[in-house]
Amino acid sequence: MRIFATYNIKGGVGKTATAVNLGYLAAKDGYRVLLWDLDPQGAASFLFRIKPRVKGGGKALIEGTRSIDAAIKGTDYDNLDLLPADFTYRNLDLLLDSAKRPAKRLAALLAPLKADYDVIFLDCPPSISLLSESVLRAADVLLVPLIPTTLSVRTLDQLTEFLGELDGHRPEVLAFFSMIDRRKQLHLRIAEELPATRPDFATTIIPSVSAIERMSVERAPVTAFSPRSVASRQYGALWQEARQRARLAPAADHPAAAS
Amino acid sequence: MTGVIASMVNSRLILDVYLLTCVLINLSTERADSIEVSSVQNGSRDFVLEGDAGAKTELILAAASDSAAGGFTWAAPSATLNRRRTWLDTFDWRLYRAGLTLEQVVSRGRTELVLTGRDGEVLAQAQLTDGGRLHWPSLISALPAGPLREQLEPVVGVRALLAIARATSRVRERRALNGDDKTIARLFTDQMAVTYPVRAAAAPRLTLMPLRGYHGQADRVGRALSNLPGVTNGNAPTLDIALRAADRRPGELTGKAAAVRLRGSTPATRALATTLTALFDALEANVPGTISDIDTEFLHDLRIAVRWTRSAIKLCGGALPDGVARRFRPEFRWLGDLTTPTRDLDVYLLGYASMSAALVGATEAELTPFHDYLTRSRKAAHTHLLRGLRSARFARLHDEWRDALADMKASRRRTTVAQLAAEQIKAAQRRALAAGRSITPASPAESLHDLRKRCKELRYLVEMFGSLHDPSQRWQAVRELKALQDCLGEFQDAEVQRAEIHAFAAQMLADRSAPAATLLAMGEIAAGLALRQHQARNDFDSRFAAFASRSSQARLSALAKSTIA
Repeated sequence: MRIFATYNIKGGVGKTATAVNLGYLAAKDGYRVLLWDLDPQGAASFLFRIKPRVKGGGKALIEGTRSIDAAIKGTDYDNLDLLPADFTYRNLDLLLDSAKRPAKRLAALLAPLKADYDVIFLDCPPSISLLSESVLRAADVLLVPLIPTTLSVRTLDQLTEFLGELDGHRPEVLAFFSMIDRRKQLHLRIAEELPATRPDFATTIIPSVSAIERMSVERAPVTAFSPRSVASRQYGALWQEARQRARLAPAADHPAAAS
Repeated sequence: MTGVIASMVNSRLILDVYLLTCVLINLSTERADSIEVSSVQNGSRDFVLEGDAGAKTELILAAASDSAAGGFTWAAPSATLNRRRTWLDTFDWRLYRAGLTLEQVVSRGRTELVLTGRDGEVLAQAQLTDGGRLHWPSLISALPAGPLREQLEPVVGVRALLAIARATSRVRERRALNGDDKTIARLFTDQMAVTYPVRAAAAPRLTLMPLRGYHGQADRVGRALSNLPGVTNGNAPTLDIALRAADRRPGELTGKAAAVRLRGSTPATRALATTLTALFDALEANVPGTISDIDTEFLHDLRIAVRWTRSAIKLCGGALPDGVARRFRPEFRWLGDLTTPTRDLDVYLLGYASMSAALVGATEAELTPFHDYLTRSRKAAHTHLLRGLRSARFARLHDEWRDALADMKASRRRTTVAQLAAEQIKAAQRRALAAGRSITPASPAESLHDLRKRCKELRYLVEMFGSLHDPSQRWQAVRELKALQDCLGEFQDAEVQRAEIHAFAAQMLADRSAPAATLLAMGEIAAGLALRQHQARNDFDSRFAAFASRSSQARLSALAKSTIA
């Protein structure tokens, strides 16, 4: 099982769109995929038409009084399940704080799902908090969408620095430029220059296109309702880079993929 | 965060407009080409559309949605997917008896084998690559290596997998949607037409599969469906449905010699007629498979039916109409003898792998000419067997024996089958005991062979009249007899095989088909057989003593008496 987390301190940079589309593409490749919508705003749950509600709320999940298994919902797509958001997730920091070994709690909660899923996506809320630290310790690969500005790159450097200070398990970072406006010279220049010089950058960029915005109307991944669009092609390329970064074997080779 | 909530509210409004103005075809087309119906998943429900309902699937489904008063709607159906299905099992239904179903599904040029368990759960699957399509019957070794074959091997053994039913299915998927247009369940309609063993249409079948986390909502869909006229709950496996449509029952024909249910008070001749008819049915059932040489068990089971028949005629011949035993004993002996050479060679070939793997002094490669010789000899023996099974003599035996059996059923002799069984078991017990007691350390191998035959006769009688006894009492009574038979079998098989290897070696030498290394390897096998025989001979005294013990004999005597109690 490999865990990907879409993470950025800033909001509105394309974390949910990335989690939803890469989750769909992984499932389409034959992996058994779970997406956990950790953001109390519930955007990923909304896109899959699933009510952002978990019985007992985040407290029951973190404290283990309700199993994660019982809260999981099937999406409309084969091999792709969702653990919905819940408004109580806004208090996850507090809940984690009162749990034992809070920074490792998320990893402990996900461990029993190893038999059921090949890939897990964590769609994180925009913040830097105890929850973020727990996500960083659970994830194998951090997918960090960035808007191409100098400030964004600085944010990534801060994140890398923070990861460097972590003891034990550290996720690999795969940053990529998101919401690229092809009409802006600055966007194009940064998107071209940085990936060439930094190994933690994906070569794929996600453009700012209306098809991605339409996801909230269609309530489906763009890769599902418009699979031949530019956006879908780019998400496809990004998924391949993410898969390689996680050293994820092809689904056909996976012992559970055949069942 | 405010921005996101605003965007969500906007999206809700847009969605409302979208729901009013759009149809859901857009959502369904993406999935139309990805129908995947695993046999049964957690919480799935099956329904059957009976009578007129079968021709009105669309109306039924619309009615279900209407009756749920807005609880759910159906998305547009997917494109129809055609599947060709072949169910596979051995001739004696080993998979069915083990609670397994093996199905070959051909769809969109893809061929897949799917093994499911008793509750329909998928245990293993195997894709057959292009050009790798199997022709049935096939032995298990023809299947691609992998988990599916590994699970089948211990159950199927040396038997071939045959097509027991074939059907074509037209499958469509519909998704049940809740108020958010979220899929809560998938409904598969399967219009199946059986094409083998006979052509027949099966009632359309619906399978409702709730999505994970939506069982409550999917239950409402299930209830709405089951409340409609013409829709009945049905969770029979598709194989059962196909066989029922073809008016067949699983496990109905196995070709095994087995005891038939008898009443002790039935006149002996009529009971024997029933038993011998069942044995001849088993014999006949194995003839086509023996002729086509599908697997070695057809011949093996044919021979068992012949042996039981011969023993019944020999031991109970007095209860048969005059002249029947005299007329048919030589015929069934001929049939038995006809089959022996092929079976002997089958035994060698089936045991060849372990025989060659056990070589110490010689290499497996050195034994290869012996394998070639066995294969050639087996082919020749089988040709001889075919001639016999297609001969006028066999046809005459068939017709006259069937006539004789029909006449026997009308017999009015007074002796009951219970009396006959008691007498014959007692007499066979006495003969076995006497034969065993006459054996001394100096006795030749023939004496042990003779005892083996007496033991077999006793065992056949106990098995053949098994329905007259309590099963646990029978098991107790034959426990020591079985152990003795195993020992005698080991001794005699080693004796015969050793003699045969000598004969094979002489023949191969005469044919100039045996290099010296091969003859030496065969010598090593013969030496191994001699050791096994020696060991069996050493075990004999204690095995016979256990059989002849007072307690063991008392159990057998009690069994004989119990038939007339």
